[in-house]
Amino acid sequence: MGQSIWNSMEQKGYSRRDFLTFCAAAATAAGFGQSGVAEVVSAFEKKEKPAVIWMHFQECTCCSESFIRASHPIVLDVLLNILDLNYSETLMAASGFQAEKSLNDTIKNNKGKYIVLIEGAVPTGDDGVYCMIGGKTAESILQTVAKDAAAVVAWGSCASNGCVQAAKPNPTGATPIHKLIDKPVINVPGCPPIADVMMGVVSHLLVLGSTPELDSQGRPKEFYGRRVHDTCYRRPNYDAGLFVESFDDENARKGYCLYKMGCRGPVTYNACSVIKWNEGTSYPIQSGHGCIGCSEEGFWDNGPFYQHLASFPGFGIESTADTVGMALGAATLVGVGAHAIVTNIRKRPVIAEVHEDDQKEL
Amino acid sequence: MTRIVVDPVTRIEGHLRIEAVVENGIITDAFSSGTMVRGLEKILIGRDPRDAWAITERVCGVCTTVHALASVRAVEDALNIAVPPTAEIIRNIMMATLYVQDHVVHFYHLHALDWVDIVNALKADPKKAAELAQSFSKWDKNTPAYFTDVQNKIKQFAASGLGIFANGYWGHPAYKLPPEVNLIAVAHYLDALEWQKEVVKIHAVFGGKNPHPNYLVGGVPCSINMNEVAAINSERLNLVSRLISQADEFVNEVYLPDLLAVASFYKDWASWGGGLTNYMSYGEYPTKGYNQPESFKYPRGVVLNRDLSQVHPVNAKDTQEIKEYIASSWYDYKDGDSVGIHPWAGETNLNYSGPKPPFETLEGYEKYSFLKTPRWKEQPMEVGPLARLIVAFASGRTDVQDLVKDTLGKLNVPVAALFSTLGRTAARGLDAALAMGWLKEFYGQLMDRVKINEVSTFNGEFWEPKSWPKDAEGVGLTEAPRGALAHYIKIHDGAIANYQLVVPTTWNGSPRDAKKQRSSFEQALIGTPVAKIDEPVEILRTIHSFDPCLACAVHLYDPQGKHLHQVSFE
Repeated sequence: MGQSIWNSMEQKGYSRRDFLTFCAAAATAAGFGQSGVAEVVSAFEKKEKPAVIWMHFQECTCCSESFIRASHPIVLDVLLNILDLNYSETLMAASGFQAEKSLNDTIKNNKGKYIVLIEGAVPTGDDGVYCMIGGKTAESILQTVAKDAAAVVAWGSCASNGCVQAAKPNPTGATPIHKLIDKPVINVPGCPPIADVMMGVVSHLLVLGSTPELDSQGRPKEFYGRRVHDTCYRRPNYDAGLFVESFDDENARKGYCLYKMGCRGPVTYNACSVIKWNEGTSYPIQSGHGCIGCSEEGFWDNGPFYQHLASFPGFGIESTADTVGMALGAATLVGVGAHAIVTNIRKRPVIAEVHEDDQKEL
Repeated sequence: MTRIVVDPVTRIEGHLRIEAVVENGIITDAFSSGTMVRGLEKILIGRDPRDAWAITERVCGVCTTVHALASVRAVEDALNIAVPPTAEIIRNIMMATLYVQDHVVHFYHLHALDWVDIVNALKADPKKAAELAQSFSKWDKNTPAYFTDVQNKIKQFAASGLGIFANGYWGHPAYKLPPEVNLIAVAHYLDALEWQKEVVKIHAVFGGKNPHPNYLVGGVPCSINMNEVAAINSERLNLVSRLISQADEFVNEVYLPDLLAVASFYKDWASWGGGLTNYMSYGEYPTKGYNQPESFKYPRGVVLNRDLSQVHPVNAKDTQEIKEYIASSWYDYKDGDSVGIHPWAGETNLNYSGPKPPFETLEGYEKYSFLKTPRWKEQPMEVGPLARLIVAFASGRTDVQDLVKDTLGKLNVPVAALFSTLGRTAARGLDAALAMGWLKEFYGQLMDRVKINEVSTFNGEFWEPKSWPKDAEGVGLTEAPRGALAHYIKIHDGAIANYQLVVPTTWNGSPRDAKKQRSSFEQALIGTPVAKIDEPVEILRTIHSFDPCLACAVHLYDPQGKHLHQVSFE
């Protein structure tokens, strides 16, 4: 994306010598002296880094925080070498007038080429007064930044599906980005999304130079094609009917399945149990708490978190979000016994063998 | 007379607007406005109290965990649930980890660029920078080769556009650091960015992820089993131990030395930005249960008029002590705008009455913020690391007194220097140092519990709603990194009947109350010099010294169920 300064000079008929003279002058002007010329040459030869605008609307900044937790690549490399983050209210040096200038210049100088990353939902209630930046509504800013963008990414559940402020009764009319603009949006849900998933999406766009393949909800299939349940290391316990009955009970201490504690893994499409969090350190289930389904639309209104899901039929690991509807997520008080339909009882002795104490239960 | 508008104030959490009046180069008045609201308190009504931690945790992803902790404490307080000692230790480890991570990130990534001129760092001699850094730190990375490498990175970066550093106030006369100190700080800015992702792995071990690790009413969700791979075991504890050692080195050999080095060039900022003279702390780090505040590492109390000889007790449940006002806020009260209301009885209806956007100024509007205005016994309070240290100092805590005196001695400034922008920024570093020490102590306590197999992490006695009284009310008090945080809950028939958050930035960043008393941000700006009207870096210095968190500060509670206009999109 974009071309280097050297490329554009070459196209205009300048010689290599002209280019080097120009670099030396630029280095001097920037105060680097002769010692800095080599770096300037190298920078100007490189592909122009794509300009990126990161907007914050109704959010908690957990997406930005997650982004800086990335381990591959680390955020430093991204900020210094991969993209030009010209507007980020969390990290940018400039404030107020100078910040607005950075935003306006980026749009003006990179028409049709810049990437917009959006963190947060947009409140549409009461003419948009519930989120204002520089005296303008979030909605008007969204339209301005999205108009000439090459791509729009909705970071996290707020921008993708409204998240917590859109939970009932949605007092401010919080609305996800894809419902407000006319161009395609790449939804990267999660509260927040996993850092290395965010980096995966960024590198897909900027390094591979293409949009990742998306599912019917606009999510990259690369990261949202599998249910947490199907890739969970505790899944064999589920198949064997070995469940945690209460937090920190004997079964919890053996790492049994958290389905009865309300785990939403069976209805949540995310990469948590494969990529895991914080450079693969853990994920919610590994640390003893059920998945709360934070990457699914409307997860805050999908029943109390500790009430287990209704039984669900035994669809296989090949199912994707496109073929299994959200209706499966409806939590009811149906007894857990019904899930025996899909429980692979035959596996139970195999799994339980690992836990010798369980032999008496068989 | 000029009115300066800074909006957006960047390098904070959330959406903050500052309007300041400048006369003859000095700020004479200021207005602080929160310009985003989400309505989370209304969303909480009717939900399962055991879910409230997850919803309120989403108030803020920067100080992630603090609202979750305040929430589980509020529910446990309402339902008389005692948390097992091992769970309390793990919660303390989570909180101390957050203090350390959050303060380092604030210093380098949110605050440093107000003091450090990154462009000027290009003029530094890397060899001299290394000699200087080695004179005040044992960190083995501080070599000439390292500083040369960093300088080259910045050169290359500057040549290809400055990205996040573009349009900063570089070259402004208020920047006073020599090039070598600028280079050291910039180098460590980059290192801190890489390091912060490590320390939060402690949250992932016990809570499954960061940001937004999992909490649990009655304890913590993780189980400990030294004979099981799928639980907290020796491998997990070793990981935590290594991360703690790494954090200890970063805080003591990088953050604190840099803080003192930078501060020594800005001693004039010890006379500006003091603001209010009252300080409040709820206390934090229980060691014998949440209901024994006298056992907390940080004590609870109020210091009035900077009088360190007396600490006033705080009772957050007393309906006469803490009240919230809306005289300058975009809300209505049914008994008029001049009354104050205790959070348990709170009553608020959102009512925006500011200018129709787009607008240039809030000048002339009596109401100018979505933040409410909390008061303790009708008085404004500063909260945060400085308030915690002052209350602990005045309470006679010798560990805090020794650290504060030692630091003042190193900088060669009097105690009065604490009451300033510089004092606030330095206090945050000392707060991190104390938390770092306690983090090691808590880890040792956890290992002691594991040794004797006292590993219960959950009290399920009152887990089931059928075991709850028909009506219950509770308060969850915490000291978040940014200061005093309280969650108020009322439970009726197993569901949330009422939920209110009174958070640090609401104390510090709120607009005027009914008596026109200013809160911390506004008061602290008065008297501050501004050298260049169009580049008001001085405003950022003082505002950033509070580490504002606006998503936390702004909220809406609406028990009357007033209809709020909604637009739906099909």
